[in-house]
Amino acid sequence: MELKEKMLSSFMVLEQDLDLSSPVHDIRSESLKTFEDKGFPTNKLEAWKYTSLAKLLKNNYSLFPKKETTLELKDVKKYFLYEIDSYKVVFIDGVYSPFLSDTTHDGIDVCLLSAALSKPKYKKIIDKYFNQVADKEENLTALNTSFAKEGAYIYIPKSVVAEKPIQIIHFSTGEQGDFMLQPRSLVVAEENAQVQIIERHQSLAEHAVWTNAVTEIFADKNAIIDYYKIQNDRHDASLVDNTYIAQQGNSNVKVHTFSFGGKITRNNLNFYQKGEHIDSTMKGITIIEDQQHVDHYTLVNHEQPNCESHQDYKGIYSDKAVGVFNGKIYVDQIAQKTNAFQQNNNILLDDKATINTKPQLEIFADDVKCSHGCTIGQLDEDALFYLRTRGIPKKEAKGLLTYAFANNVLESVAIPALKTRINKLIAMKLGVEIGHDL
Amino acid sequence: MLTVNELHASVEEKEILKGINLQVNPGEVHAIMGPNGSGKSTLSTVIAGHEDYEVEKGNILFDGEDLAELDAEERAHKGIFLSFQYPVEIPGVTVTNFIKTAINASRKAKGLEDMPANEMLKKIREKAALLEIDSKFLSRSLNEGFSGGEKKRNEIFQLAMLEPKLAILDETDSGLDIDALKIVANGVNKLKSKDNAVVVITHYQRLLDYIVPDFVHVLYNGRIVKSGTKELAHELEAKGYDWIKQELA
Repeated sequence: MELKEKMLSSFMVLEQDLDLSSPVHDIRSESLKTFEDKGFPTNKLEAWKYTSLAKLLKNNYSLFPKKETTLELKDVKKYFLYEIDSYKVVFIDGVYSPFLSDTTHDGIDVCLLSAALSKPKYKKIIDKYFNQVADKEENLTALNTSFAKEGAYIYIPKSVVAEKPIQIIHFSTGEQGDFMLQPRSLVVAEENAQVQIIERHQSLAEHAVWTNAVTEIFADKNAIIDYYKIQNDRHDASLVDNTYIAQQGNSNVKVHTFSFGGKITRNNLNFYQKGEHIDSTMKGITIIEDQQHVDHYTLVNHEQPNCESHQDYKGIYSDKAVGVFNGKIYVDQIAQKTNAFQQNNNILLDDKATINTKPQLEIFADDVKCSHGCTIGQLDEDALFYLRTRGIPKKEAKGLLTYAFANNVLESVAIPALKTRINKLIAMKLGVEIGHDL
Repeated sequence: MLTVNELHASVEEKEILKGINLQVNPGEVHAIMGPNGSGKSTLSTVIAGHEDYEVEKGNILFDGEDLAELDAEERAHKGIFLSFQYPVEIPGVTVTNFIKTAINASRKAKGLEDMPANEMLKKIREKAALLEIDSKFLSRSLNEGFSGGEKKRNEIFQLAMLEPKLAILDETDSGLDIDALKIVANGVNKLKSKDNAVVVITHYQRLLDYIVPDFVHVLYNGRIVKSGTKELAHELEAKGYDWIKQELA
């Protein structure tokens, strides 16, 4: 049976566990209809021209966990940023793990979306925000909306600063066989609220896993949200990550995406600016090898005047790795005084590595500053010679130069322990020893 | 220490060096002067082992060993150091971390353990003091946003740290004001010993007032056309390079 048919026919199984009278169920049913009409995206769609999901569709995924699995902390500790105190929302094969988690309702809510969707006390927030910024017409977002049962729910009330970062981790154990996950998270930061979030999807054993995630993020006036995505998964794990962000006036949202692993990774990152004086930042470092594939598909929707957006993506590709960057900047005709910057710089370390990069600017206002640039290059031969004359062997010298190339994206990482961790990961990926004491 | 025999070298099939002969012994300071485009920088780059330069004829011996088959890093491990005219900027890697990496790479090549951290730190402090380098400078990214003078001083700092047998200073005086020039020259002089040698490549005589050469060679059109002592440098300064060109014509 084709995966699409399987999904459609499995919906009834899912419904057995759901409250069919809830308005959320109506949203699910509508979304299923959309997915039924649209199916999985194919290369015929302009947005999916360079990323094919065909290979992923062939697997016979389980859609629901067949059995409950547990994990020992010591076995998975390394996937956490354990050096610092944090809240944790952890899922194993799509099921919440109270043992590995550290949630709270003390001043802020860091808990489960399933609870938020079903308990009356969250109804107001859910009605206001759930599935509001997500693109209802997008194939895979619709699929997630119909099937998602679990994920993180984060609510930061007005003028509250979450005193420690929140880590959201989804483990896939392989115990369910080939497996498809549909995690769904909702993040709301009310006026003047602040929060830092680190998100990770991690497969733990050999099996095909496909995660189709949707995260909705709402930043009310003056809110500050820092969101970090660590994508360093096994080579048989794939991820389509759909993130939708709605910002109100004077808010500041930064999303950093570190893509170092996985089989096929597609990041759909969408910013919608709903007020004035908004700052939206997207930064990414991609370092991949073998036949890995990472696609960054970004959208910044400048709907209001006097806002800024900053995009800076760096990519380093070896072997037959394929990178894609498509950055769309839309400036509405009323969005005067928009400042939009976009930069995508790439290094291809091997002849067979590929990068497809495409800026897409649609500007309907006349008083705006938009700049974009992309570069594709090899390493600077003179710089390489310089390092070698200092006794640094060619391989390490190359590593050092690529490290330096990627490094400046980290400047805006606001959690020092995370910065150190990513620094080490980059150094390790590139075979450089210098990162360790920076 | 360094013997260059009848060296012909080309880049992109254009012959730049057309038969260079040079003998540098331990304890000596040599100056190589010449007009722009005469091949001065090519000579230093070929000795340091740049892959884009093809040695067509002749050879370079270092301590009796032919360098032909050695990569740039292997030459560095043998004790050859090139101070660049235009040092490369490396954002994200501090001066300190860079020099640690370089020193430990050379030690590794020689089968030695990494230099212990306290020893490294002591050495960095000592050499930084020699070149009047501020400790804040050491934690900056290598050459990023450095002034011309800072870059050159940083080159000599690396020279001091790596303690090569043969130091080639390529246009180290360019972009330096007189105070920086004195500091750099003073550093080089303090590092000089009977066991190492210095080759100063320069367009002007100015630097040679501070790093006094034992021998001066004039490079013109890919050949050494005149050799002498430090007086030759003064003569060049007074008469200009046209004098050499006329003499050869």
